[in-house]
Amino acid sequence: MVPELGHFALILAMLLAALQAFFGIAGPALNRDRWVAATLSAVAGQFVMVATAVGCLVMSFVNFDFSVRYVAENSNSALPLFYRVTALWGAHEGSLLLWIMLLACWTLAVAILTTRLPQRFVARVLGVLGFLSFGFLLFTLVTSNPFLRLEPPAADGIDLNPLLQDPGLATHPPVLYTGYVGLAVAFAFACAAMLEGRTDPIWARWTRPWATAAWAFLTCGITLGARWSYYTLGWGGYWAWDPVENASFMPWLVATALIHSLAVTDKRGLFKSWTLLLAVVGFSMSLVGTFLVRSGVIVSVHSFAADPTRGTAILIFLIIAIGSALGLYAWRAPMLKSSGGFELTARESFLLFNNILLVIAAATIFGGTIAPLIADTLGQGALSVGAPYFRPTFLLPMLPLLALLSIGIHANWKRGRLAESRKALLVTLVLACAFALAVVLGVYSGRHVLSFVGVALAGWIILSSLLDPIDRWRRKLTLSRAVLGMTIAHIGLAVVVLAISLVESFTVERDIALADGQSARVGAYDFRLIGVRAVDGPNYSAERAEVVVSRNGRTVTTLFPEKREYWVRQQVGTAAGIKNEWGTDLFIALGDDLGAGRWSMRAQVRPLIALLWLGPALMALGGFCALSDRRYRTARAAAGAVEPGVNPAGATERSA
Amino acid sequence: MSAPAATPGFNRFLVPIAAFVLIAIVFAVGIKHSPQVGVIRSPLIGKPAPSWSLPLLSDTHRTFGSKDLHGHWYVLNVWGTWCYACRDEHAALVAIARRTAVPIIGIDWRDDNAQARDWLAQLGNPYSTVATDHDGRVVIDWGVYGAPETFLVNPSGMVVYKQIGAMTPEVWQKEFASRLPPQLANRSS
Repeated sequence: MVPELGHFALILAMLLAALQAFFGIAGPALNRDRWVAATLSAVAGQFVMVATAVGCLVMSFVNFDFSVRYVAENSNSALPLFYRVTALWGAHEGSLLLWIMLLACWTLAVAILTTRLPQRFVARVLGVLGFLSFGFLLFTLVTSNPFLRLEPPAADGIDLNPLLQDPGLATHPPVLYTGYVGLAVAFAFACAAMLEGRTDPIWARWTRPWATAAWAFLTCGITLGARWSYYTLGWGGYWAWDPVENASFMPWLVATALIHSLAVTDKRGLFKSWTLLLAVVGFSMSLVGTFLVRSGVIVSVHSFAADPTRGTAILIFLIIAIGSALGLYAWRAPMLKSSGGFELTARESFLLFNNILLVIAAATIFGGTIAPLIADTLGQGALSVGAPYFRPTFLLPMLPLLALLSIGIHANWKRGRLAESRKALLVTLVLACAFALAVVLGVYSGRHVLSFVGVALAGWIILSSLLDPIDRWRRKLTLSRAVLGMTIAHIGLAVVVLAISLVESFTVERDIALADGQSARVGAYDFRLIGVRAVDGPNYSAERAEVVVSRNGRTVTTLFPEKREYWVRQQVGTAAGIKNEWGTDLFIALGDDLGAGRWSMRAQVRPLIALLWLGPALMALGGFCALSDRRYRTARAAAGAVEPGVNPAGATERSA
Repeated sequence: MSAPAATPGFNRFLVPIAAFVLIAIVFAVGIKHSPQVGVIRSPLIGKPAPSWSLPLLSDTHRTFGSKDLHGHWYVLNVWGTWCYACRDEHAALVAIARRTAVPIIGIDWRDDNAQARDWLAQLGNPYSTVATDHDGRVVIDWGVYGAPETFLVNPSGMVVYKQIGAMTPEVWQKEFASRLPPQLANRSS
C-alpha cells in the first residue's frame, strides 16, 4: 500500500510539474494573470506530492519492506536505522528521487522568498524550474521507478553497498546534490530574464544570493567527498582527477566564475550576456556531470550503477533543456548592450580575468574528462587521461588567478586608482614571500619552487584580504556582510592553496624495516617499534604492532597498525594506524615479517592536511555570510511563512 | 575594454549552441559505443580476478578458491536463495551446464546453507562447485552490485567478461560461448 501511494504521488507530482511549467511560461507570455497566479499553487502541490513520495520510500526502508525491489536491493534486516534512511540515495533510483526532492525544495524557497519581485518574472522562473522538474520526474517514472514491487518478495535484502555504510558518504551526496540542483535556480533566473527580454541588469541582483548559496553547498559537498575518499578509501589521496570528481568540480569552477560575474553585472551593468551564458552553462555542467556518471559512457571507479538506456534518456533531456536555453541565448543576447567602459586597472578587468581563467580551467578539465570518449568516437582506441595532464593544465590558469586576486580586491570599480593601495600591496607581498621562505626552507627544509609560490600567494591573499577590514575596523566603520563574506571566502581559498602546497610537497613516505626497540626517522618524527603481538578479532586473527611516535625526543602518540588474516576467506588485510597531530597526519601500516624479529612498515607524515578541510569550510561560510547581506533581503515580510529546515539556504538567509 | 563589434551576418552568440551540438554528438556516439543494456564495463574486465578462498557448501570445513582454479577457464556465478532474479536464471544455468564443458562455480551470497541445499535439490544443480560467502567479503572484492552476476575468467586468471543480471541462453551464446575455446564452449555429445 505504502509503495503504491508513493508511486501515485510521484505521478501526481509529474502532472503538477507540467502544469507549473505551462502556467509559468505561457501565463506571462499570453498575459493571463490567473495562469500566473496558478503557478504558485502548482509549486506547492508538487512539493507536497514529492515529499509524500520520499516519505513513502523512507517508510518502506524503515519498515523492512523487502517486497519493494529498491529496498531489497539496498538494505538488509541487520542494517541500522541511520543507514536504512540514507540507503534512500544508495543507488540510482533513490538518488534521482533525492535530486527531485531537492529541486522541489529550492523551487518552494524561490516561490516563498521572492514575493517582492515582479510576479510575472517569478512565474517564469518557476515555470523553467517546473520544466526541469517535469523532465526528471518523467525520467524517473519511465526508467528508474524506485517503487516497483518484487514478485515474490525477497526474504531479506542484499544490503547497502558497504562502501556507503560510512557517515561521510551518507552525508556527501545530499549536500553535493543541493549544490548541483541549486544551480538550476540561477539557470531559471537567466532563462526567465531571456524569456522576458529584459535588458536591465536587475535580474543579476535577484540571482546573486541563489547562485552564492548553490556555490557554497557545492563547496561543502565536494570537500566531504574528498575527505571521505581520503579517510575511507585508503591512502591514495584526496583528489584523483577521476571523471566523477571532475564532474563535480567543473560546475564548481563555472559557479565560481558566475558569482564573480554576477557582481559585475549587478554593480556596473556590464558583462550582461556573459553572465547569462555562465548561469546557463553552470547548471548545464551539473546535467552533463550527471550524464557522465549515470550513463556509463566513461568508466570510473564510481560508475558501478551505470546503465546506457538511462544514459540515452538523460541525453535527450540534456539536449532539450540545454539546447533550448542556449537557443534562447543566441536569440536574446544580441539585444543586450553593455553600458559604459572601464579602465584596464579597474576591478572589472580583474573580474574579467578571473572569469576567463576559471572558464579556461573548467574547459581544460572538461576536455581531459571527455578526451577518452572523443578518442573512442574517432576510433582511436582507448585513451587514458590522468593526473599528469590535469595537474599542469589546472595550475596554468590557477597561478595567475591567485596572483591577480590580491590586486583585484583592492582595485576600484570603473577607474583603477591602484596607486592608493600600491604600497600596502607591496608590503603584504614582501611579508608573504618572507613567510613562504620561512615555512618552505625553515620549517620543512625543502627546495620546491611550486610550494614556495603556493605558500607565498596564499599568504599574500590572506594578508591583503585583511587590509580593508582592519582599516575599516580601526576607523570604526561597519563592514557589510557581503564584503565580510568575500573576505572569509578568499581567506578560505588561501588556506586551501596553503594546504595543497604543503601536503603535495612535504608528505614524507618511507618504507622501513624495524626490529623490536629500533626506530626510524620519517620527516621530523621518530617511529619506534615497541613490539608485535598476536591478537584476535571477531572474524580474524591479527599481528598488532605498537609503534611510538616521537618528535625531538618527546612522545607524540602511540599507533597500533594491524595486519589481519580473515579466517573465512584466508585473506590478509591491513588496518593502518592513523593519528592527526596538530593538523599533521601520522600514518603507519604494518607490512611483512622479515624474519629475525624484523618487520617491514610503511610510514607517512602528511603535514597540515587538516587545513585542506578547514579552507573549504571557510569558503562556504563566506558564501553564506555574503548571501545574508541586507541588500538581498528583498522578501523579508513573507519569509516568516517558511517551515524551518525546508531549505538550508533560506534558513541561513533568515537567521541573519 | 568593451565588446568587439559584431561582424555583420555573424551572430557570435550562436557559438555556445554550436559547441553544445558538437559535444552532444560526441555523447550520442559514446552511448552507441557503450555496451548493451544492463552491462557496465566493470573496472575488473581485463584485470586479474581477485584471489579468494571460501568454505564449500557441501563441506564447510573445506575451502575452495582461486588457487584451485588457476590455469582453467571458469564461470563464476553469484547467487542467493533470497534473490528473486536468481530463480529466474536458474533454469537457464542448468541448461547451459548440460551443454558446456566449462566449470560453473557458484558463490552463494549471504545465505542460509540448509536453504541453499534445498534450493539446489529442488531446482537442479548447475554448479561444479558451490562456495559460501556469508559476510559477503569476497563478493565485494568482485565488485558485485546485486545478485545475480556472472563472470568469465580465463586460465591466466583475468576477468574476461561480466554479466549483470540474469543469465539467458542468448547472453551465454553471444558473450560467453563466443569468448571460450570451441572445445569448452560446447560439450561434444
